[in-house]
Amino acid sequence: MRLKNFIPVLYIVFLLLPIYWLVNMSFKTNDEILSVFTLWPQNLTLHNYRVIFTDASWYSGYINSMIYVSINVVISVTFALPAAYAFSRYSFVGDKHLFFWLLTNRMAPPAVFALPFFQLYSSIGLFDTHIAVAVAHCLFNLPLAVWILEGFMSGIPKEIDETAFVDGYSWPRFFVKIFIPNIASGIGVTAFFCFMFSWVELLLARTLTAVNAKPISAIMTRTVSASGLDWGVLAAAGVLTILPGALVIWFVRNHIAKGFALGRV
Amino acid sequence: MIVKQTNQKAWFMVLPVFLVVAFSAVIPLMTVVNYSVQDTFGNNVFFWVGMDWFKELIHSDRFHAAFLRQLLFSGIILAIEVPLGIVIALAMPRKGWGVPVCLISMALPLLIPWNVVGTIWQIFGRVDIGLLGHSLASLGIDYNYTQDPIAAWLTVIVMDVWHWTSLVVLLCYAGLCSIPDAYYQAAKIDGASRWSVFRYIQLPKMQRVLLIAILLRFMDSFMIYTEPFVITGGGPGNSTTFMSIDLVKMAVGQFDLGPAAAMSLVYFLVILLLSWVFYTVMSNIGENSSNGGGR
Amino acid sequence: MNFDWMAWTAPTAAFFLIIFCLLVTLTVWEIRNPGGSPRLGILRFETTRGDRLFVSLLGAAFIHIIWLALFGDALSLWWAFAIACVYAVGVFRWV
Repeated sequence: MRLKNFIPVLYIVFLLLPIYWLVNMSFKTNDEILSVFTLWPQNLTLHNYRVIFTDASWYSGYINSMIYVSINVVISVTFALPAAYAFSRYSFVGDKHLFFWLLTNRMAPPAVFALPFFQLYSSIGLFDTHIAVAVAHCLFNLPLAVWILEGFMSGIPKEIDETAFVDGYSWPRFFVKIFIPNIASGIGVTAFFCFMFSWVELLLARTLTAVNAKPISAIMTRTVSASGLDWGVLAAAGVLTILPGALVIWFVRNHIAKGFALGRV
Repeated sequence: MIVKQTNQKAWFMVLPVFLVVAFSAVIPLMTVVNYSVQDTFGNNVFFWVGMDWFKELIHSDRFHAAFLRQLLFSGIILAIEVPLGIVIALAMPRKGWGVPVCLISMALPLLIPWNVVGTIWQIFGRVDIGLLGHSLASLGIDYNYTQDPIAAWLTVIVMDVWHWTSLVVLLCYAGLCSIPDAYYQAAKIDGASRWSVFRYIQLPKMQRVLLIAILLRFMDSFMIYTEPFVITGGGPGNSTTFMSIDLVKMAVGQFDLGPAAAMSLVYFLVILLLSWVFYTVMSNIGENSSNGGGR
Repeated sequence: MNFDWMAWTAPTAAFFLIIFCLLVTLTVWEIRNPGGSPRLGILRFETTRGDRLFVSLLGAAFIHIIWLALFGDALSLWWAFAIACVYAVGVFRWV
């Protein structure tokens, strides 16, 4: 019995140790990082965080990421809602194949699309804009949103729709007033996953931006490849990208296991 | 199961999604097909070369090496993460304060931006400033992932285990939670051993989620890009250049449109085959799950 | 807006046109005769017309690639095309 409790504890330690190390480094000065090996900060400093919040080339990365991620979440959820409803309630010509085709885009490697995307978005004059990254991320987030929402909607009994129509509701009014409140938690989970996958994606975001819309992840890799690394600032930037995820986990903690168990992530 | 009503007007509800995804998927795919049969010296001047790029690709050692590396990587990942995930899920508490603690701390790595996962491990493994690298060095173990291919592989594999085992754990845990207590009590009365409880009660109940976990892990590891790109950049040499890294090097780095397009297509076809197997297996299991398979 | 960068050629245009026509044909067929005539084929799961078309096309692509790998320099790719056609007929007949 003791051994049994030991395994998850050991695993969690393994998970948290690298994260602890990053947090630890973010509170150290560069001198301390490079000269002495310490398990916790000897001279606790907030200098690294101050650099990020005062240097426009750093904090603009967070703003850019936030902008295109928000646009993407809004597009994904609003477009996916009626589509998921259609898939869960009606059968129509080619529905199964359309669904499968959508899913293949979720599963296709972004590397395949990186090359033509650059040309496509340049040719329509959207290169280096937030909207370009947001639309590009729809490639995998829209199918994902449709997939997750369809799962939640199939769990809502069809009688709800029928009763509402008998009561004289028009479809749009029924959808907004009755149906959406019923799947509110599903929409939350969907928005969460769209947020996450847009937030973690680097390849397309990096390919489609140069200066104005450059995401924080691309700014971080640039710093890594430069000589004379500022490890403390890099660690602080990393910690700041983990925070939104950690925050969102807290809100959806009761739904996480269920969301993953649908097998739709 | 909802009985669906036939309604062709449903197409109008799907149309916005269809158009947006088609814009991002079909036009690039057509372009890739066009590039794959032509050569260019820039300025949108193209020459017809037919199937030459495909021939070159299929016979090129670089492609074979990247493909084999990719298969080996995905194989190792599955061999480690699936058994480990099952063991951890079996050992996890079923009730009490331990459950939310486990769930939240295990979900954390899944939600860290992939390049930050790379950065974390890049720092963690460094001999001069990283806890792991420093500890190994002080134990007298020669470990340097920027110089030694084996160390680079180990780092990338341990990183992926760190990043994604939780997915397998969470899926298996959800499967285990769906087993009613009565099953265990019956097994206890029969005096079943720990192994037979696992083999005849728990494993069958986990079958569906386990399959999802295996397929998802296989496909996601098959297109891994960001994490190894950040840690090793595909090096040392080409030792951790997986398919996506190689493709991006060719397409964006060297701007070899033709060969990169041919490689994209072959890569895409492999993924398409995998997704089709995934989808078919999933939907067939979905149909059979009404007689006992749990969500 | 300028689409020169897409680098269209006659053969690739024809290729996509044929695939598009196949999809239109399937759609018309489905409207005329709904249900997709599902059946349990030799692969032991239910397939419809659309699934069979997909399996044929995907298989054809792999047949061409394998042909290129084995006989790419010596023999014409039309042989692979012929094999792919036979394969497609087989899929529509038995899968």
